[in-house]
Amino acid sequence: MRVTKDLVAASATPMVLGILAEGDSYGYAILRRINELSGGELDWTEGLLYPLLHRLERLGYVESSWQSVAGERRRKYYRITNSGLAELAEQRRQWDTVVDALKEIWLGSRDSRPLIAIPLGGRA
Amino acid sequence: MTALGGPDELEAQFAQWRHYAQRRPELQQSDAEELEDHLRRSVDELVAAGLHADEAFLVAVKRMGSLDDLSREFAREHSERLWKQLVLTGEADSSVADTRSRRDLLAMVVCAAGAAVSIKVPELFGLDFEDDAAFYAPNVGLFTLPWLAAFLAWRRHATKALIGVVLALFALGAVAANAYPLTDGSQSLALTSIHLLIALWFVVGLAYVADDLRAPRRRMDFIRFTGEWFVYYVLIALGGGVLTAFTFGTFEAIGISPETFVSQWLLPCGAAAAVVVAAWLVEAKQSVVENIAPVLTRLFTPLFTAVLLAFLVALGVTSAGIDVEREALILFDLLLVVVLGLLLYSISARDPLAPPGLFDKLQLALVVSALAIDVLVLLEITGRITEYGTTPNKAAALGENVILLVNLAWSAWLVLGLVRRRTRFEALERWQTGYLPVYAAWAWIVVLIFPPLFNYL
Repeated sequence: MRVTKDLVAASATPMVLGILAEGDSYGYAILRRINELSGGELDWTEGLLYPLLHRLERLGYVESSWQSVAGERRRKYYRITNSGLAELAEQRRQWDTVVDALKEIWLGSRDSRPLIAIPLGGRA
Repeated sequence: MTALGGPDELEAQFAQWRHYAQRRPELQQSDAEELEDHLRRSVDELVAAGLHADEAFLVAVKRMGSLDDLSREFAREHSERLWKQLVLTGEADSSVADTRSRRDLLAMVVCAAGAAVSIKVPELFGLDFEDDAAFYAPNVGLFTLPWLAAFLAWRRHATKALIGVVLALFALGAVAANAYPLTDGSQSLALTSIHLLIALWFVVGLAYVADDLRAPRRRMDFIRFTGEWFVYYVLIALGGGVLTAFTFGTFEAIGISPETFVSQWLLPCGAAAAVVVAAWLVEAKQSVVENIAPVLTRLFTPLFTAVLLAFLVALGVTSAGIDVEREALILFDLLLVVVLGLLLYSISARDPLAPPGLFDKLQLALVVSALAIDVLVLLEITGRITEYGTTPNKAAALGENVILLVNLAWSAWLVLGLVRRRTRFEALERWQTGYLPVYAAWAWIVVLIFPPLFNYL
């Protein structure tokens, strides 16, 4: 099962902010974490992640710093800011609303409409 | 580390990848570094999973996706990077480039200030812009262009010998401008003023090509520089006009007349400093912004061709002769200059290896129609001169006409060869760059020899 591009894009910001809220991180690790969380179902590319991180930085939700690792190499770490935490809370409130509504439709009304019960197992 | 067998080879692959990434305008150095770190982590993991280093590299690069796609995504977030890459100072990616641009900026400020001060120095000796036009008109280039030449020579690390030659030529110009008894309003004064500027501009050109005097490529760079410099100067002048208008408007609103300040300080000092500032802008933005002069050329070549052909047709239909007054001769000289400019700037931007195309044919039509018109004018004017005798103005205009005619006639021949695939484009380029000293020589002749020849008329 592949999640559509639109849905990936819509959930990208809360996903990244949520991961950074767990602790400071860098691009590669964030991608790994998303992969892990979604069991490999979310198809994220570098072209999606890095420009998104830069946009969040421009908006002031995250801040970045270069730290040296393994000798002379440097790595760019991202840290969530207070306004990023506020944005995350707001996004979470919205997502909760959406998710609750969807659950209400799919699970709450199962008895009355058995014909369009959705097979949650997926096709994959 | 990532090494498994070939650490050097892997590093070389990373270096190559970095090189490709850095060539993308959308990716700044820090982005490339961030992506490279990502790539390295990816390779590390694949190596840990049992792949060889080179296999791991290939897989990691493949996973990251093509640089095209990556750059496009970056461009959506950082669209400004495709626009204003001309940073004035600071913010440059590498510290070496940063110090260099800082030093350039400093040198520019010093030279621009020097030019602005120089133009005011004669006032200490009681001269005035309005009353002493006979002094300022021929000398104006001598106040500003040496500073421009100094800026360029400094940038190019010119040799001592070349600096000596440039200084000597400026000194010669100073002698020519001031040694002859030229009276206010005489023809020779106007001629000297115009031609000394041209002659001194070529001295600036000498400073510009300081690193390689004979190379046609460098001379072509100077032609490009001239076109861009002109465009920038006009833009700065427009901005200056707006500034002047607001200075007048705002101060007059509170009852103070800024007229003396504007005419005695703002205009002359601004115009002198802008000479250096425009050059600095051209040098600084050389590689980051597309040249505008060739674009204008592309726009106007078809239009000028149409007008000239229409003129020829109208001349044939009405069969009226051309009324050759002095103004007409100068007008046709200027026409040839414009046609030559259109030719030069399309040459300057043309890919030397490109096959002849429609535009080359259009250019041939432009040059040939200009030549046809000019021959008609020349026949008329030589008739007049043999009839009524000559003046400095007529002689200078005639000389210029002949010089331009020779250049354009041979250019037309070369363009014809190019269209018929007989000659190579390089021949045309070489002809134009090789011809540059002819203009300089003629300008010096008019400045140095004409006044005594015509009794300072």
